[in-house]
Amino acid sequence: MLELQNISFQVSDEKSARKEIIKDISLTLEDNQFIAITGPNGGGKSTLAKLIMGIEQPTSGKLLFNGTDITHMSITERARLGISFAFQQPVRFKGIKVRDLITLAAGNKLSTAGACEYLSKVGLCARDYINRDVDGSLSGGELKRIEIATIIARNTPLSVFDEPEAGIDLWSFNNLIKVFEELHDTSNNSLIIISHQERILNIADEIVVIAGGTVQSRGRRKDILPGLLNGTDSCRFYKEGGL
Amino acid sequence: MDEIQKNLLEQVAGLHEMPSGAFNIRANGQSVGRSTTAHIDIVTKEDKQGIDIIIKPGTKKESVHIPVVLSQSGLTEMVYNDFHVGEDCDVTIVAGCGIHNSGDKDSRHDGIHAFYIGKNSHVKYVEKHYGSGDGSGERIMNPETIVHLAENSFLEMETVQIKGVDSTKRSTSATLADGAKLVVTEKLMTHGKQYAETSFNVDLNGEGSSANVISRAVARDDSRQLFLAKINGNNKCAGHSECDAIIMDHAKISAIPEITANSLDAELIHEAAIGKIAGEQIIKLMTLGLTEAEAEAQIVNGFLK
Repeated sequence: MLELQNISFQVSDEKSARKEIIKDISLTLEDNQFIAITGPNGGGKSTLAKLIMGIEQPTSGKLLFNGTDITHMSITERARLGISFAFQQPVRFKGIKVRDLITLAAGNKLSTAGACEYLSKVGLCARDYINRDVDGSLSGGELKRIEIATIIARNTPLSVFDEPEAGIDLWSFNNLIKVFEELHDTSNNSLIIISHQERILNIADEIVVIAGGTVQSRGRRKDILPGLLNGTDSCRFYKEGGL
Repeated sequence: MDEIQKNLLEQVAGLHEMPSGAFNIRANGQSVGRSTTAHIDIVTKEDKQGIDIIIKPGTKKESVHIPVVLSQSGLTEMVYNDFHVGEDCDVTIVAGCGIHNSGDKDSRHDGIHAFYIGKNSHVKYVEKHYGSGDGSGERIMNPETIVHLAENSFLEMETVQIKGVDSTKRSTSATLADGAKLVVTEKLMTHGKQYAETSFNVDLNGEGSSANVISRAVARDDSRQLFLAKINGNNKCAGHSECDAIIMDHAKISAIPEITANSLDAELIHEAAIGKIAGEQIIKLMTLGLTEAEAEAQIVNGFLK
């Protein structure tokens, strides 16, 4: 279980003015729960995801993971406790191969067949990709799918995906939906997916709407989704967000 | 050979025992083993230190190992090795130098390798440099490589210097005839107070000749590196040089690429990039459970792989 207790995050701009990106957010994610976080661009969604992984440190508040206080833990410690993070913009490396990255993610030596299992889930043929460098020679969509494969390979109790649909073509997107459904149905693991896509929001147990650094609403998809789609006042940004 | 020399031999040539095929092993200034084949002869020079390696025309799928090891502190040597590769050959040449210096005097090996590669021949040349020993004496290597590529010949040159060499000045020059091709891949890592200088001077004289010089370098601690790559396009040709370097700690790297087109049909490109490891690369690997130090090592190893 993940608990965010009164999390705030501020940054200073050039004039030393403090800007509050996240304002006193409290959230709980149960085991095996799948929540989708949505909201307008610049509302604080990605920052929240980074705070959970430890890429950013909160200005105040507490994070608990299965009862352990992880607020001041490093990224590595959180990763080893069982939190995974899929980047919105996958990182490129010179000289690190797809096989290396998936092996590091899986945490043990992988056969080609083993790597194939993870890559085929994201619609890539291992034979074509396994010995390629994770660099600019791969397209944005390919990098994104490899990024998602690393999270599948890690198979941790909590996985956080930051806009997994960005850069993914339609065919892969159908697969992606299946990946998330499978991750949710076949394990006891929890998922947090930041998304603007209606189809991802559709398969989540709950939807959290974040705007202006706060939780605007949270609820079962059947309660939240119609409001988002109908473009009620509280959610009018959804029209801008592409739904 | 003693254990230190055997270890050096393994590091620079990957050899656990005497290799098959032709070889000449030089230890502390003397030849300690030599073998020739029906197609490859090795002859000691009479006027100076060094050997002539003579590869008969049409020699295919054979290899020559000529590693050098120095374990005697204070030894300084200058060696001339000439490779005469006949036409239509396909051979692998493994050179390399390992110095173990546990004394307080500098040990130094200067090797001048000249390649005369015949028409239509393909040569793969691998050269590794390695230093060990905890003496205050420096381990110094200054390799010079001179290459003459005849029509439609091809030299693939791989050089690696990852550990333990205090000072190195590497110079490679090449002339290419019609249709000849040169591909150089250099991997270099310096640490401590080491200094490494590497320079290339390539003359693309022949029509349809091409050269690709690729250097990947990592400088850590207080080490310094200088990369110079000069490519002259004197005909219809293609030349490309690339220096890609990671800088860490207090290290310094300079890259000076130079391309000159003396022909309207010369196509020349140079690329040089120096920078520290991208923070996001370290963060990504940390999210997979690696510590910051492990992530850094993984990135550097991958970069130099």
